Amino acid sequence: MKKKWMFLVLVAIFGMAFAQTVKIGLTVSKTGKFNVESVNQLNGIKLWQKWVNDQGGIAAGGKHYKVELKFYDDESKAQRVQQLYSRLISQDKVDFLISPYSSGLTAKAAIISEQYGKIMVATGAASDSIFKLGYENVFQVYTPASRYLTSTVDMIKAADPSLKKIAVVYEDSKFAKAVATAARDYAKKLGLDVAIFEGYPPSTTDFGPLINKIKASGAGALIGGGHYSDGATFARQLYEQKAPLKMIALLVAPASDEFAQLGDAALGVAAPSQWEPLVKYTQSCGPSPQQFTEMYEKAYGKEPAYRAAGGFAAGLILQKAIMDAGSVDAAKVRAALDNLDITIFFGKIKFSTDPASHGLQLGHEMVQIQWQKKDGKLVKEIVWPLAAKTAKLIYPIH
Amino acid sequence: MVEILSSVMDGLLIGLVYGLAAIGLTLIFGVMDVVNLAHGAIIALGMFFLYLFFGAGLHPYLALLPVAVLGFIFGVIVYQIAVRKIISGPPLMSLLATFAVSMIIIGVGTALWSTSPYNINFKVTTYNFFGYTVTSARLVSAVAAVLVTFGLYYFLYRTVLGKAVRAVANNREAAELMGIPSQQILAITFGIGTMLAMLSGALIATLFPFTILSGGVYELKSFVASVLGGLGNPTGALFGGIILGLIEGSVAPFIQVSWTNVIEFVIFVGILLFFPTGLFGGRK
Repeated sequence: MKKKWMFLVLVAIFGMAFAQTVKIGLTVSKTGKFNVESVNQLNGIKLWQKWVNDQGGIAAGGKHYKVELKFYDDESKAQRVQQLYSRLISQDKVDFLISPYSSGLTAKAAIISEQYGKIMVATGAASDSIFKLGYENVFQVYTPASRYLTSTVDMIKAADPSLKKIAVVYEDSKFAKAVATAARDYAKKLGLDVAIFEGYPPSTTDFGPLINKIKASGAGALIGGGHYSDGATFARQLYEQKAPLKMIALLVAPASDEFAQLGDAALGVAAPSQWEPLVKYTQSCGPSPQQFTEMYEKAYGKEPAYRAAGGFAAGLILQKAIMDAGSVDAAKVRAALDNLDITIFFGKIKFSTDPASHGLQLGHEMVQIQWQKKDGKLVKEIVWPLAAKTAKLIYPIH
Repeated sequence: MVEILSSVMDGLLIGLVYGLAAIGLTLIFGVMDVVNLAHGAIIALGMFFLYLFFGAGLHPYLALLPVAVLGFIFGVIVYQIAVRKIISGPPLMSLLATFAVSMIIIGVGTALWSTSPYNINFKVTTYNFFGYTVTSARLVSAVAAVLVTFGLYYFLYRTVLGKAVRAVANNREAAELMGIPSQQILAITFGIGTMLAMLSGALIATLFPFTILSGGVYELKSFVASVLGGLGNPTGALFGGIILGLIEGSVAPFIQVSWTNVIEFVIFVGILLFFPTGLFGGRK
């Protein structure tokens, strides 16, 4: 009897020694204004967890690490993010961090991750400014804000070289403002006249006064927007008030599948997207874009939005760095992330190692989508860059 | 010029809807001295009631009727459960009670519908007058707001029940001595105030997408409109709403829209300082 017990204890000890886990912590906005985007992102992260655990975990240095996720609801609030990331690190003892959704929340989480020296892969956060603070542990997955709408300006300029005036109208949030400012500067550099450059409060529901202003300015194209709720509202009212615009490109909202609910108001509206299921990248590791899309559709019953892909990509990048480092040791993984130069289903990934912009994403590029009608149904088509397009850009839309 | 006129017109139309919301708030305050902190949550609930009826296949404007009925019943229930017992207590009691109601509505609403945006997607016609574009939804909501206000006035000044409401507002004890059952009158008033808030929420839902948290913005506007017009004065509240809408519309062409709130509240403080009973006098 005693021997049997001894045996069981030994099995348990050996079992623990072999079944290593790596604990990854994050917060999710299950409620509040980032609810749609953030839950999408979490779906991607969870899918990565399942994918990697089904393969026996992350193989590094002869060991296999099962991935364990620990996450809390941050209610889309900055104070909650700071409390919860401290808790993840000091109480839950996570090994690595993934950021919350949005630049504003990630900036708060980055302060904590930097204080504790924990590595954080930042997805769903495109702000440049987080990476101008000399942080050593934060690594960006998305194309940064400064390059977010610049290719949209290129696209409009290519479609209509005679266009002179554009309007840049954006949500007064950290992310949208950074994108809009960079786009304005870029448009001016290309010789375009920015007739309006104006922000609106994030809680705006009545865009009437702004639309009247845009009409009066004589701008031929509008770029701007912010997040989902405001962008969808803005697009709907632009349509209802018949704003005479040849092109509308808004951030974030048109890139979501929910945007199709707007019906005809969605038609012709373009958006820069971090990723689309139809992209053609030849990956050097992980699933192909098509494999990822199939996996996601099987798990959640709908096509993945780019935020979901960004979530999966964040996990995959961390996984690749741990594999390259051959251990979960923070210093070694950090060095591996610095050296990373890969193409995954999400696109090219390479981080800045310049101390002035450490962790900033250098490799990844935006694609442009536009809502078009195909067989009477609204569909997202990739219209830019030309090499990756699935349909011709509709211009002018009105 | 067209731009400024369009902005003023848009402001006027939306201002009427703000006014309707403010009447709901000011009526309850005027009759029973209760500042209803559940006002915003009730407005949001009105949006979702409309959404439910719309989902069931009813045209949004037709759905306003059942929303109004539900609003009245809901108001009477809230009054009976949360307000009746404490109505004679210190003002803080009713503040806390209505705040609790607000938290309950928002909590249940978040559980049912999460905080994602919802949209009433129905056919909206656009009209163009000399360069000014206006949607049928805005016109209808403004007209509906005016009609409901007229209805309220007819009720208050031309019906026995309405006269009883005014009597209770004037002097509850004297009204009771005249044989008016003040508890029932108060319940009816709370029901009407709630109904107006829900109707304004439903009208707003035909214009803009909304979440269960959307009521907060309109609650704030209702307070400002009520104070502008004189607390407890329904006509004043309607005009307060129109003034708010006009400010929002007419300052936009000249300054960045982010500053609209600042201007609104500067005017608000100015009114408090120089016209403490509002532009149209306090309760009547």
